[in-house]
Amino acid sequence: MPPGSRRKACPHDRAETAERFAMNRIQPTRTIGSYVPMVDGPDKVSGRAKYTADIATAPGTLAARIFRSPYAHAEILSVDIAEALKVTGVRAIITGADCDRTFGVLPIARSEHPLARDKVRYRGEPVAAVAAVDDESAKAAVALIRMTVRELPAYFTATEALAPDAARIHERKRGNLEREVTFEIGDVAQGFAEADLVDEGSYHCPEVCQNQMETHAAIASYEAAAGHLTVHATTQTPHYVHLMMAHVMEMPMEKIRIVKPHIGGGFGARTETLNVELIAALLARRTNGTVRIVLSREETFITHRGRPESHILLKIGMRKDGRITGVHCECIQRGGAHSGYGVVTILYAGSLLYALYDLRAVRYSGKRVLTNTPPAGAFRGHGTVNVRFAFENLLDRMAKTLGLDPLAVRRANLLTAPTFTGNDLMVNSYGLPECIDWVERKSGWKERKGKLPRGKGLGFACSHYVSGASKSVNPDGDPNATVKIRLDVDGTINVLCGAAEIGQGSTTVLTQVVAEVLGLDLARIRFITGDSDAAPKDTGSYSSRVTFQVGNAALDAAHQLKTILISAAARKLEANPDDIECLGEHYRAAAQDRGLPLADVASEATRDGKPIVVTGNYSTIRESHGGKKYLGAAIGGTMGFSYSAQVVEVSVDEDTGRITVDRVWVAHDCGKALNRLTVEGQVQGSVWMGMGQAMSEESAYHDGLMLTSNMLDYRIPTIVDSPDIEVGIIESHDPHGPFGAKEAGEGSLAAFLPALANAIDDAIGIRFENLPMTPDRVFGAIEKQRRSGRR
Amino acid sequence: MTRTLEITLNGRHRADDVPENLLLLNYLRDVAGLTGTKTGCDGGECGACTVLVDGEPKLSCLTLAHTVMHRAVETIEGLGADGTLSAAQRGFHEKLGSQCGYCTPGFVMATVGLLRRNPTPDDDEIRAGLGGNICRCTGYVKIIEAVRLAARLAAQGVPP
Repeated sequence: MPPGSRRKACPHDRAETAERFAMNRIQPTRTIGSYVPMVDGPDKVSGRAKYTADIATAPGTLAARIFRSPYAHAEILSVDIAEALKVTGVRAIITGADCDRTFGVLPIARSEHPLARDKVRYRGEPVAAVAAVDDESAKAAVALIRMTVRELPAYFTATEALAPDAARIHERKRGNLEREVTFEIGDVAQGFAEADLVDEGSYHCPEVCQNQMETHAAIASYEAAAGHLTVHATTQTPHYVHLMMAHVMEMPMEKIRIVKPHIGGGFGARTETLNVELIAALLARRTNGTVRIVLSREETFITHRGRPESHILLKIGMRKDGRITGVHCECIQRGGAHSGYGVVTILYAGSLLYALYDLRAVRYSGKRVLTNTPPAGAFRGHGTVNVRFAFENLLDRMAKTLGLDPLAVRRANLLTAPTFTGNDLMVNSYGLPECIDWVERKSGWKERKGKLPRGKGLGFACSHYVSGASKSVNPDGDPNATVKIRLDVDGTINVLCGAAEIGQGSTTVLTQVVAEVLGLDLARIRFITGDSDAAPKDTGSYSSRVTFQVGNAALDAAHQLKTILISAAARKLEANPDDIECLGEHYRAAAQDRGLPLADVASEATRDGKPIVVTGNYSTIRESHGGKKYLGAAIGGTMGFSYSAQVVEVSVDEDTGRITVDRVWVAHDCGKALNRLTVEGQVQGSVWMGMGQAMSEESAYHDGLMLTSNMLDYRIPTIVDSPDIEVGIIESHDPHGPFGAKEAGEGSLAAFLPALANAIDDAIGIRFENLPMTPDRVFGAIEKQRRSGRR
Repeated sequence: MTRTLEITLNGRHRADDVPENLLLLNYLRDVAGLTGTKTGCDGGECGACTVLVDGEPKLSCLTLAHTVMHRAVETIEGLGADGTLSAAQRGFHEKLGSQCGYCTPGFVMATVGLLRRNPTPDDDEIRAGLGGNICRCTGYVKIIEAVRLAARLAAQGVPP
């Protein structure tokens, strides 16, 4: 029943009628499920948004530059800074001798020094850092630093590093094996025996890099008198930076303030503390001042943390009705010179074989290998993308062999939610069938597949991703997410939240969640974030956790505040709280016509003169924490999986090998789209990022020297190369998600890569198992096909 | 060597004594304090530093400040009036042509330049006009929608 139709009006006089009439038109504001531009959009389009390098600092701020190793693997004999110290304007130079603490995102694998000590392990590893009065002086000093070393054998591929006689890159890791994981769940040999077709493929996915638009930067200020350190960092995980800063600087956390300004993209590159912010802090303490460091694009590439080069061997058994009977997967990842997220990445690659389809027998063997290349990390779709490329690629080939529709093969292997997978991952909502239906319909699959002229093709694939890892990588017993809301005596509503807005729209969606409960306009909510002094801790923006986990905490806090406001309104209106109706800007008792504006309700709620602060928490449930069937089986555990299906339409120019993606149809099950505009934007961005990896992006090295450390050689698709991407939003209403929501920012990436390979096979009968599918590779394959007379 | 640079910046005349080797990008950010113009790469790769010089999009990271002597330079800060967004800014905001926002000033300025040359671009002309700018967030789909909206708004009289 809409407000205003509740009961018949019985006016006493005209003024009261007018007042009542006005109040009856008041409606709570609702934005959930609609298209809502970002709340920080006006700042971004006007140039007002301040990113780290834009922040004005006090006069006397020093500029810092890093001296980096020209060697891929070497024992450091000396680092000579004597000449560099003579440069006018230089205030301090630090080396590995100045900090013996190691850092790393996983407590079990802190292998990295802010500045290398004893050894350097990749070309570009920081060795020394200069702080000077200006950038020119800092650069001049860096040019005078001399390093003498004893070179060691260096390994640039996983195979070289795994060779029996290879020297150890890290003393504690025998055979340069960062982590080996093996499991077999179900009887795979039996599964293959029951299959009508067992097929296998070998897949190669080169390393790719996030290459977010903003280069890494940090501003650190140290005040010796108070012992206070403030660090502005380009990070997705300010709390992890806070933890690691305290650890490396050997300072208590309460003496450190971490500020996350506007962030120019992350995509996983900034989900762990990087050497840049630690180096800035060390220099700030050494000079007892403020140090500003802004990396070049080349340095940002070398800092890396991208998706590891992966070799995947995949074998699948299938019955002639398309049912998968067994899966065998071997994955080798070249992890680079330090641990980073490596253990998690290799575990994800195995665990998320599951939860997309109903698999009964799976054997996985993963090896994460240390090499003398920059450290890989947690790139969007962490751990899942390359394995999904292999899996969906092989399924397509097997469908073809068996004469099955690729969609029918997926439909023969669907899960039924709620369920637990073979490796004990919890699946509560599962919109994959609807995703498949949507892209089938929109792409005209039934009418067009296999009927396009040669050179044109359609390809199909699916993918999925977690809505937040249920267990934090730094478990501390605290809830997974905490949001506070403060109602001030003047009626101001502040949301205090540590979730890191990195452009994905977390501030917008969390503002929406709070505003929805309170029925208020988004502009009524002030969102305070990005500062450890103001907001409660939040583990950050990674594994697509924010909407689900922080959204639920925001929901909890908002409901608490609403209850308080209703009680206050009930007191003031002398009514029963159960009868109070919240209209957003107005509260009224159902049985009365006179109500109270929110300002009066807030005033009543804070009548003792104290602001009200409510704390909303969210903790994942035990059942979502993953299994125990093998060591590391918790990785992959989540409260909700998103699902995606894609159809890609391509044209292949057989004279040049050039591929044009004409159109993409993608359906994404995000549970419930809290904001349709940002969901579409996230899904399109994911698909497109998959396209970059599929078609052109590759980090290439020569003896460990990165050859592609700029945006010309590392080829990101431009607007000219990029297709229309039509998004279908599928809403499976997850029982645990806030308003039923799940993630939208990662799950659609992986499906693009195999969908493109499958489309190219449809177009020209050539199946690519190696990435990227560049014109020269496509042309080479076409030539090979012509010579062998297969056309 | 320092020389006096005289330009019209966002409609206002300025004179600054600046080094001869100073890039326009650094002049705007460090001398004029207009940090809306971004550095995204090591030179000419990404378009984040795009500004208008006499109405034409230019990469300020490849332009020596002194080469724009006596010319009109426009940056993102010069768009919109009295706190309202210009047509291009509204397009990027309302259609989500901006996510992280870092490439946005460059894209918006390239859009303004495009719409001045061609007030009614079709999608291919939009792609050609913005082909020198890289965005890592959007996949460009909503950027094209943003420019379409900007063109419509400009046609209705909203300043570009």
